[in-house]
Amino acid sequence: MLKESIQIVRDPSSILMALIMPLLLLFLFGYGVNLDATHTRIGVVLEAPSPSSRDLAAAFQASRYFEVRLAADRREAERALMAGEVHGIVVVPATFDADLRKLSRRPDLQVILDGSDPNTAALVQGYVQGVVANWVALRSADAGRQMAEGVGDRLWFNPARTSRFFLVPGLVAVVMALVGTVLTALVVAREWERGTMEAMMATPVTALELLLGKVVPYFILALGSMAVCTVVAVFVFGVPFRGSAGALLAISTAFLLPALGQGLLISAGAKNQFLASQLALLSSFLPTFLLSGFLFEISSMPGAIQLVCQIVPGRWLIPSLQTVFLAGDVWPVFLQGIGVLTPMGVFLLALAVRNTKKRVA
Amino acid sequence: MGTRLLALIVKELLIVLRDPRSRVVLVGPPLVQLIVFAFAATLEVKRVEVVVLDQDEGRAGVELVHRIEGSPTFASVRSVHGPAEVRRNIDEQRAVAAIEIGPSFSRDLAAGRPASVQILLDGRRSNSAQIVAGYIGEIINDFLAEENAHLHRPPGVPQVLARNWFNSNLTYRWFMLPGLIAIIAQLMGVIVTALSVARERELGTFDQLMVSPLRTSEILLGKTLPPLIIGLVNVTLYVGVAVMLFGVPLRGSLLHLYGSAVFFLAAVVGVGLFISALSTTQQQAILGAFLFIAPATMLSGFATPLENMPEWLQPITLINPLRYFLVVTRGVFLKGMTLDAVIANTAPMLAIAVVTLSGSALLFRSRLE
Repeated sequence: MLKESIQIVRDPSSILMALIMPLLLLFLFGYGVNLDATHTRIGVVLEAPSPSSRDLAAAFQASRYFEVRLAADRREAERALMAGEVHGIVVVPATFDADLRKLSRRPDLQVILDGSDPNTAALVQGYVQGVVANWVALRSADAGRQMAEGVGDRLWFNPARTSRFFLVPGLVAVVMALVGTVLTALVVAREWERGTMEAMMATPVTALELLLGKVVPYFILALGSMAVCTVVAVFVFGVPFRGSAGALLAISTAFLLPALGQGLLISAGAKNQFLASQLALLSSFLPTFLLSGFLFEISSMPGAIQLVCQIVPGRWLIPSLQTVFLAGDVWPVFLQGIGVLTPMGVFLLALAVRNTKKRVA
Repeated sequence: MGTRLLALIVKELLIVLRDPRSRVVLVGPPLVQLIVFAFAATLEVKRVEVVVLDQDEGRAGVELVHRIEGSPTFASVRSVHGPAEVRRNIDEQRAVAAIEIGPSFSRDLAAGRPASVQILLDGRRSNSAQIVAGYIGEIINDFLAEENAHLHRPPGVPQVLARNWFNSNLTYRWFMLPGLIAIIAQLMGVIVTALSVARERELGTFDQLMVSPLRTSEILLGKTLPPLIIGLVNVTLYVGVAVMLFGVPLRGSLLHLYGSAVFFLAAVVGVGLFISALSTTQQQAILGAFLFIAPATMLSGFATPLENMPEWLQPITLINPLRYFLVVTRGVFLKGMTLDAVIANTAPMLAIAVVTLSGSALLFRSRLE
């Protein structure tokens, strides 16, 4: 075990991969991927400018979600939408003023959205509704009438709706999968390739001891990169950390059991470093990214894929991670994750020990 | 010169197709990407769990709850009793949203006082939560407007009639697949090129190539054209899959798409050559390729719009060829992009291709001499 630790310290490429790669990923993702549609460019078309339609347009201009381009002509705005210069158009019809005063008709606002980016389209529609509802509320308050009603929404844990706050904790899981599985698989595969694994087997160390010696240093390394990522998340990206460090340690430990088991299993099965790295990337990094609920909702996926998601260790870590950062210590969430991850880890580690023995024998 | 070049190109293609290692790289990751992304990578929100806290004693609250239960977006709508239970359901992630109907909802509505509903959302999943809030808000606003119409009062909130152009049901796959074609074209262009020279170096055949009667320019062309061809074949394959298997509409001209793809591939092949000139083993080449591909993909607008990025980061994306090609693939597929828009997005790729290709040619020359 000491030998393994010394090897890690001596071989800068492991450290590089364990610390630099995660940081690179974290920065790229933290800055590059952002689901918040703030300052989204939209066009507002006033078919017949009137006091109330101008007032509504001003409400759009004041909103922090939009950057408004005013247009008098609908075709002009539609051209901008076609060219991708705006994500949506709000058309205030010529009859808007009259309809507002009528009892029988609900005034219409037409919204045309660029469906070629569905997520932004859905968000923009929600924001348009919010702006309109606020505008109505303010107007009726001004008029001293009590007709305002509608929907208020509050986002717990993340009132400013910053997507980074849930993306960055999810990224910590991706990084741990990268270090725990991919790095372990790669390094142990290299030992097999060089034959040093067999040499170790010839010494009086048992397979179990040998694997433990392999696992523990990478376990510590993975926890180290988790800690670095947490520090960056909190101090660089300003993600709140409302839970306790102990809880974070507990869930990370539970996650690393299957992650390391998977890495060892891959290295015992793969013939060389290249294959090991491909297998590890495909079976660990990509699923943690795509099938863990980190970015994409599991409930929206087809049934068969939802089943696959259940055996991805990251799927059981992400809710706990997001909770420990944003919500605080909610033990029922943590215990559920730990409860699934621990047997998964024991199983994978046992399998890895068995396969290693088989390979040597 | 023509036949020599042709022979070199044929040789390159044969090598790529024969080597099991490069076959794995060529077939494995793109196939997995396509399948997994097409099925799993969706930001649509479906079948979510919500809870309702109906404190209203009147009829209106019950009717509103029925409306919400009738929406296909929700997998289940559970009733809870008391704010503590709401808190627990959201905390433990058993529901993404909670709808709170206040005790005076029916009375307020009848009396013409502002009747309001509160939606509480799980901010740990803020994107999904906001989309759910949009759905619920629409249901509630429609309900309130109808109630007011019954009572012959001004209906309050104007009706927002939304229409989505280019993709009326906001099918996420239609957004994902055209983007994926660009991503896979990039992957092919860079990896195949980066590996080709590195492999020859590893095997020592590069020196043989150098002493052959081929001129440096011919060798470079021979290394540039095969990845371009492989890239175009891949584009064709995935355009076919997107249209026939996944039903993504192809509204623009295929000719525009291919014309643009040639320049995009030229730009990324130039990057591949660059990596190839710098690395001595295949392992290094693969690592170098990923070091380029990862940031290029993140900073391209593939996953989320460029304008959401911090202002200081946005200028960097201007030198990323993928950024322009994504606009073209999505535009040609969904929007039926016109020729001048295609040209406007292809011109920067041409400029980038000139820089990367001539840059790598220079690097090669200096390394060879």
